[in-house]
Amino acid sequence: MRHTLSLLVENQPGVLSRVTGLFSGRGFNIESLCVAETIDPQVSRITLVTRGDEQIIEQIKKQLNKLINVIKVVDLSEIESVEREMALIKIKATAEHRAEILRMVDIFRGKVVDVSPLYYTIEITGDAKKLEAFIELMKNFSIKEIARTGTVALPRSKKTELRRN
Amino acid sequence: MKLTGAQIVIESLLKEKVDVVFGLPGGAIIDVYDMLYDSPIRHILVRHEQGAVHMADGYARATGKVGVAMVTSGPGATNTVTGIATAYMDSIPLVVITGQVPTKLIGNDAFQEVDIVGITRPCTKHNYLVKDVNELARIIKEAFHIARTGRPGPVLIDLPKDIQQTKADFVYPDEVKLPGYKPTYHANLRQIKKAAQLLARAKRPVIYAGGGVIYSQGASEELTKMAESFYLPVTNTLMGLGSFPGNHPLWLGMLGMHGTYTANMAISCCDVMLAVGARFDDRVTGKLDEFAPEAKIIHIDIDPSSISKNVRVDVPIVGDCYDALKKLFKALQNTEENIDWKEKHHEWLTQIEEWSREHALAYEQPPDGPIKPQFVVEKLYELTGGEAIVATEVGQNQMWAAQYYKFKRPRTLLTSGGLGTMGYGFPAAIGAQVAFPNKLVLDIAGDGSIQMNIQELATAVGNRLPVKVAILNNGYLGMVRQWQQLFYHRRYSQTSLEYSPDFVKVAEAYGAVGLRATKPQEVEDVIKKALSINAPVFMDFIIEPEENVYPMVPAGAPITKMLLGGTVLV
Ligand SMILES: Cc1cc2nc3c(=O)[nH]c(=O)nc-3n(C[C@H](O)[C@H](O)[C@H](O)COP(=O)(O)OP(=O)(O)OC[C@H]3O[C@@H](n4cnc5c(N)ncnc54)[C@H](O)[C@@H]3O)c2cc1C
Ligand SMILES: Cc1ncc(C[n+]2csc(CCOP(=O)(O)OP(=O)(O)O)c2C)c(N)n1
Repeated sequence: MRHTLSLLVENQPGVLSRVTGLFSGRGFNIESLCVAETIDPQVSRITLVTRGDEQIIEQIKKQLNKLINVIKVVDLSEIESVEREMALIKIKATAEHRAEILRMVDIFRGKVVDVSPLYYTIEITGDAKKLEAFIELMKNFSIKEIARTGTVALPRSKKTELRRN
Repeated sequence: MKLTGAQIVIESLLKEKVDVVFGLPGGAIIDVYDMLYDSPIRHILVRHEQGAVHMADGYARATGKVGVAMVTSGPGATNTVTGIATAYMDSIPLVVITGQVPTKLIGNDAFQEVDIVGITRPCTKHNYLVKDVNELARIIKEAFHIARTGRPGPVLIDLPKDIQQTKADFVYPDEVKLPGYKPTYHANLRQIKKAAQLLARAKRPVIYAGGGVIYSQGASEELTKMAESFYLPVTNTLMGLGSFPGNHPLWLGMLGMHGTYTANMAISCCDVMLAVGARFDDRVTGKLDEFAPEAKIIHIDIDPSSISKNVRVDVPIVGDCYDALKKLFKALQNTEENIDWKEKHHEWLTQIEEWSREHALAYEQPPDGPIKPQFVVEKLYELTGGEAIVATEVGQNQMWAAQYYKFKRPRTLLTSGGLGTMGYGFPAAIGAQVAFPNKLVLDIAGDGSIQMNIQELATAVGNRLPVKVAILNNGYLGMVRQWQQLFYHRRYSQTSLEYSPDFVKVAEAYGAVGLRATKPQEVEDVIKKALSINAPVFMDFIIEPEENVYPMVPAGAPITKMLLGGTVLV
């Protein structure tokens, strides 16, 4: 099962390698990982997507909690949450295809963020499924490069707010 | 008051009541050693940094205090890695301080630079690179706190040379602020109640006690009280030996790969298992799907990640062994029904007695030799009154020590269980001897393992640490040879130690005493003589070369499938 974990960690050098080292050392997999500061500059949030059966996910959460610099681990798959990912897609946009591309971008509520004589760079945001669908469609044209952010997520309810204790 | 980083290290160690540091200096830690020069802290100069960490580890296991080692950067630091990993696997509290190249040079492939924080990340409980002298005191405070609390473990502090030389105000913090680190000591009473209900209904209960009981102050007494009051038989892991008296009628012996027939049968047939401070290692469970198939399992452990890691647990209890056992005892006393525990477990204990009678640990010592290793260990037990602190190396020697020396108290067996580090025992024994100069400290060794840290004999002699080493000399890397004999058609690939030194002469060369026994009749005399000498002694016992450790569960087999081998069935 796919699980999105949200970790609050101390904003210190080496924390990220402790987290990723734990995954590689114990043979867990990371599908995507996103890190940035929170409002408290001493705390960062890592949003991490992983896969595994119940026992493995349980171990992953326990092992993450064991890291001294990890303040809190919340499994967003167990509670209601909102997930988003952004992708930048650079695509060959010849005159004959431009209109069609723009229509698609519009349908997916994307944006063209850069235009050059030969290329469009498209920004698209949504959950992973929406991004996959859009990318699939764009394959009909010639995709030059893609950069994806990986999932970021927040729980919906207030109760589960990740506050520093 | 402004102090240099080096002074802050010494002052902080004093605040932590550190009385001894094991180590070896070099350019990147020379400033701290300069401050050590006229400090009251004792320093034990080793001959190899691996030795320093094992000594700190032996000191920690024997005392329960945090062991401290200090080394230079680069090769000094990398030499500590095996020692750190050994302590990590067995949950031993250490603080290891490594010198580092000056901050400005870090990342430049500077002379003797190595990323020791990166290297030890997966084998420390936590580690630090000090980047600002103003953080040094706080980091040392945190390091000791992390090492000794919760599930103990080694912590490394990497200290660049310029930080050692820079001045800062010295204030040793009173408390630590670690928002992400709050170990759970107090067991949840609802879970305790569930556990008590299971045990009250059990017909065939077993307690499976591990290293956690040793590390938890007072837990061993609670365990003994509980077993005796409710007639609960107890088996120990290798790491748990000494947490329950090894000569107690309710004791089943060690379980697992080289466990007793009784312990393995009991754990396999039990209906309720109380696991305390043990982590269901594969050396214990054997084939997982056939491990204790009928048991409801209660598991007490301070580390939530130990629970339900390998084996599904019915009643998880996160907490300190002492706290949990104490609460469980009360809960069992207050169970609703008025249980006659002795009567309730009578049938089960009779069955257990029968197993013990059928297949006790046994060996035969032919009067004209060769010497059997089990005989040596039994004699050691007898002649030391079972009162020694015993370190072991790794391999057959370790298993014979575990089977035939009956450990009665916690912290009397020092052995590398999780990592299985050959070369651990001798320096660990030295560390324990530093802590207890007047106690008898033994290292039960193999002729292979002893050569992995034999240089520390100079440390023992130089510091007048009268450690006694019993080398069970079979001329082989015995445990590996045993596997080759049993599972690889006797193809002894690279396990014969054809060119070993004369251990008696080695001892003498270092200024220690060397003794040798080649016949069974000489064993007792050699031991008695060794025990009468107030200096380090190597006892070289030339033993039966192809003696095997039995019982043995082949790797991956269920633990009821024991090879009983040449054991004589009593
Ligand atoms: C050659 C060889 C052969 C071996 N054969 C065997 C064998 O036959 N049988 C055997 O048992 N072992 C054997 N071992 C050792 C084995 O590899 C493991 O090291 C051992 O079984 C682990 O013991 P343990 O479960 O008690 O765990 P430990 O490693 O001692 O772990 C302790 C557990 O207690 C917890 N804990 C720590 N402090 C506390 C506290 N205060 N309160 C509560 N919980 C706490 C920890 O979180 C951890 O889960 C062998 C090793 C070697 C090298
Ligand atoms: C550092 C290290 N290298 C290799 C091993 C693998 N190993 C396990 S037991 C053993 C044999 C040990 O031989 P010896 O010390 O002579 O003890 P014996 O088994 O003969 O009692 C070996 C090589 C190990 N445990 N540790």
